[in-house]
Amino acid sequence: MAENQKTNGKVHHAKKTRVETTINGETLEFLCEPRQSLLEVLRDVLELTGSKEGCLTGDCGACSVIIDGRTVCSCLMFGVEAEGKDITTVEGLADGSKLHPLQQKFLEDASLQCGICTPGFLMSAKALLDRNPNPTEAEIRYALAGNLCRCTGYDKIVHAVLDAAKVMQAGG
Amino acid sequence: MHEISYEVPTTVAEALTMLKNHGAKARPLVGGTDLLIQLRAGVAFGHNEEFRGSAPPRRPEFIVDLKHIKELRQIKFDPTQGLRLGAAVSCIEIHESDLMRKHYPGLTEAAHLIGSLQIQNRASVGGNLCNGSPAADSTPALIALGAKAVIADASSTREVAVEDFVVSPGRTVLKPGEILVEFLLPAPPPHSSDSYLRFIPRNEMDIAVVGVGTSLTLDGDLVKAARIALGAVGPRPIFAAKAGESLIGKTLDEAAIEEAARIAIETATPIDDMRGTAEFRKHITGVLTRRTIKIAAERAHNKK
Repeated sequence: MAENQKTNGKVHHAKKTRVETTINGETLEFLCEPRQSLLEVLRDVLELTGSKEGCLTGDCGACSVIIDGRTVCSCLMFGVEAEGKDITTVEGLADGSKLHPLQQKFLEDASLQCGICTPGFLMSAKALLDRNPNPTEAEIRYALAGNLCRCTGYDKIVHAVLDAAKVMQAGG
Repeated sequence: MHEISYEVPTTVAEALTMLKNHGAKARPLVGGTDLLIQLRAGVAFGHNEEFRGSAPPRRPEFIVDLKHIKELRQIKFDPTQGLRLGAAVSCIEIHESDLMRKHYPGLTEAAHLIGSLQIQNRASVGGNLCNGSPAADSTPALIALGAKAVIADASSTREVAVEDFVVSPGRTVLKPGEILVEFLLPAPPPHSSDSYLRFIPRNEMDIAVVGVGTSLTLDGDLVKAARIALGAVGPRPIFAAKAGESLIGKTLDEAAIEEAARIAIETATPIDDMRGTAEFRKHITGVLTRRTIKIAAERAHNKK
């Protein structure tokens, strides 16, 4: 949507709406136009650029965030719909400078190359492990079906999630 | 995307007043997983696409978010009255509902096949129907169960059988100012069950090449009632009434199942497209009809 505005050379000054929400544990307010997607709000208004814009049709999962415990494509949701929600983005995964076990295992297992899909995979994997701390390989593959990667061939991603689950179960 | 106004009613009455005031300039929103894509694409359709018949407006100015209305979010089951399923209940809520899985396993499976988890967490079965796709996974499952759609506008309420809801691709019986409130499903009779299968060339994340939903009620070894519905093999979801009727009063032997599959194939009117040829789709219609009958029968047998 931001692209369209740029290419048309028009900036629409629609009346902005105030939205109160919780993002990565912090309660905050932002202003956005009703037509702006949550992804646009995250990236362009709140400068949380970890969530990526891929297909804008809900196929690639690069924009995945966790809302009230469930993954959604932030490109398919209006920013104004975030009112009162609890949102976790990839920026909220690490604990200060300590990486989340999923992030650590993605690095160790070489589960990323270009990295565009990685934030989305991390969020889908986190939502899975939050609900199912000990998933089978098949369960991981189904849970990650809404995330596309064109570099790794998926195998290393699946192994990183299996490895992270072991670390987390051991209390890591 | 063009400019929009966003409104959040919390009661059906409030929603209907908003929609009445905005007329054809409004579109209801639930999960948004089809609507946001269409709103973005609306730019490509040009600015002055005329509102025709029941076609949704390409550039609606008012988006009315229905998912904060309690009536649209409820799953209410009564063993004699049956099920009232709110139109805005998400696919994942259906999948995670023990009573849905127990009483309507086919519909529950269909809801769990729509897109990725990211999509199922937002999308609703009501929205899946209102989007008007002939390939919607949940629609044949609803038709097989004999579901009725409850439609309301500011002055009245009407019921439409789900098989009559979609008129042509993307078009439905909904008029401006109307919303789909809920589905009414009959209580499952003793020794009955349902199933839904679709064919896609991969394991997940695809649009049905063919989908078949079947519900069966058994009386001992005999079929007492049967409904079969087909998706993605015509311009709208198809209720293959005669295929189901052909089973009634028979035992489910190979010949009876084969005859139902033959009628289902005859009822299908598929086209050739990138997902498959008409010939292939007819073949798959037969395969899935046979399989869904067997699954529904096994479930009905095993149910007390």
